[in-house]
Amino acid sequence: MKNYIIRRLLQMIPVFIGILFILFFILEQAPGTPVSNMMHPKMTPEQKAELALKLGLDVPWYERFVNWIAEALHGNLGYSINHKKPVTDVMADYVGPTLMLSLASLIISITIGIPAGVISATKQYSFVDNVLTVISFIGISIPAFFFGLILLKLFAVDIQIFPLFGLQDPLLKTDSSFIKAIDIAKHLFLPSVVLGLNSTASFMRYTRSSMLEVIKQDYIRTARAKGLKEKTVIYRHAFRNAVIPIITLLGFWIPSLLSGAVITETIFGLPGLGKISVEATMTRNYPLILGINSMLAILTLIGALVADILYAIADPRIRYE
Amino acid sequence: MVKSETQIKSKATRKNQSYWGEVFYRLRKNKLAMMSFFMLIIIISMCIFVPMFSKYSIETYNAVERDQKPNSTHLLGTDKTGRDLFVRLFYAGRISLGLALAVVFLECTAGVILGSLSGFYGGIVDIIIMRIAEIFMSFPFMIFCITIVAVFGNSIPNLIFILALLSWPSIARIVRGQILTLREMEYMEACEALGISDFRRIFKHLLPNVLAYVIVYATLGMASVILTETSLSFLGLGVSPPTPTWGNMIQEARNMLIIQNKWWYWIPPGICIFISVMCFNILGDGMRDAIDPKMKR
Repeated sequence: MKNYIIRRLLQMIPVFIGILFILFFILEQAPGTPVSNMMHPKMTPEQKAELALKLGLDVPWYERFVNWIAEALHGNLGYSINHKKPVTDVMADYVGPTLMLSLASLIISITIGIPAGVISATKQYSFVDNVLTVISFIGISIPAFFFGLILLKLFAVDIQIFPLFGLQDPLLKTDSSFIKAIDIAKHLFLPSVVLGLNSTASFMRYTRSSMLEVIKQDYIRTARAKGLKEKTVIYRHAFRNAVIPIITLLGFWIPSLLSGAVITETIFGLPGLGKISVEATMTRNYPLILGINSMLAILTLIGALVADILYAIADPRIRYE
Repeated sequence: MVKSETQIKSKATRKNQSYWGEVFYRLRKNKLAMMSFFMLIIIISMCIFVPMFSKYSIETYNAVERDQKPNSTHLLGTDKTGRDLFVRLFYAGRISLGLALAVVFLECTAGVILGSLSGFYGGIVDIIIMRIAEIFMSFPFMIFCITIVAVFGNSIPNLIFILALLSWPSIARIVRGQILTLREMEYMEACEALGISDFRRIFKHLLPNVLAYVIVYATLGMASVILTETSLSFLGLGVSPPTPTWGNMIQEARNMLIIQNKWWYWIPPGICIFISVMCFNILGDGMRDAIDPKMKR
């Protein structure tokens, strides 16, 4: 197991360098250098060269690529010109809402999706199962932005029970942290539902098919033959094995939630990573784009690894050479 | 007598049906999948024929009839420059569905070729192709899409290329997995003994067995590409106006006034995306069950 983890970590290095290389290469193709936006049109070529030298842009891109990696290993991801702050600081400022949002929607999808999947599987082909299956198809098919706009229209415009925009009410004057927390929760409710719907549906579908597979197996028949209660059979014997594949799903899900937050954050105006990455691409803020992309890529790789490790812990039948 | 003869005959033909005949037979029995199939045919033909036969074009501006609610002349109303939204909706469908079709075709072609090379040759070819696939699968999909679109511009050919570039690894992995099992079968040994060329072995003897999986993947892929393209267009990073797509039509709803009072601007394209994505999902699911009844849940 230890050897397996070490081997996987070593395999991650070339993949990660490959990702950075492609990102660097793509950003290099962009029209206009990062400096051209800062340059005054009347600057002489000498002044331009001096500015490029100051920003470390006088060397070819592959050399900057190596420099960037060297700096990144020391925790320096560059400087965001638009925010007048280092990229790591900007990301730290905006990561909060994204994390809260992802966590809330993950909780929604686990607490609703998994039980619904179990019910659907134990009552296969019943009315309940059909309704839940249709709902799960709706959940994976409705575009997040459309669903978000509908919720926004219904619950923030027509009946104003939820706020329309942002993370906090700017007019709220209070020192009580409890009231502030309530305010933030109200702002996050609709976005979490939107972000959570799709994953709830996916969890439901996976749980259902995984449960159905387990229920067919011989040991479940044995458990029933022993005269165990149906509840015990399903929740103690079947569910434990059925939930293992879901763990893998979780590992892959966390990075995709963060990525999916782009649309949700844009609709609801939440100041999170998704929103600033859209802004960063619009304003061609390359250090920030590079920082966010590489952070999410590394999260994806780690997520996949953690999923595999958890899988092995949860299911001792799995052996890694 | 005659009746029983035909009965026997029909039974016999059922028995001798080809692989694909069996698949279609099972698919036809799936009511939900067939409903989705016909729904898709309706949507696609509307997209083809409505812009063709309507008296309005997508660029017919009309200052007098602007901002109208749905009525008998303009079935889905008009926008702020007086363009007929019914025609625009189905013209947008042409773009959204056509773009998705092109992406799926490209990604499947690339995925099938790379996946079969990887599975057939193994060794260093396999390692290189699968590492590249892993790299492309590890990008944060939406954010990476935005990045590339921002760099290379958002023309339609660019979008097709970018979305295909980001999605080929999944199909390549599926094909590779299938080829790996098929390669070990005895008929492949026979192929080798007969001295059939690699090219012929891959394309004539291996790929037809993988085709069913590719078709299922492509159907489900249509659903996900439609979602991605419309999301990008909604963010203003996909197809840009005046060319309408279902995504950028909904973009209008980011205006407070429109979301409050003018449902006909953004609800119809949203429903179109929703229905077509759902139909592709259900049809793809049904096809998977029809191809492999063992997998039926």
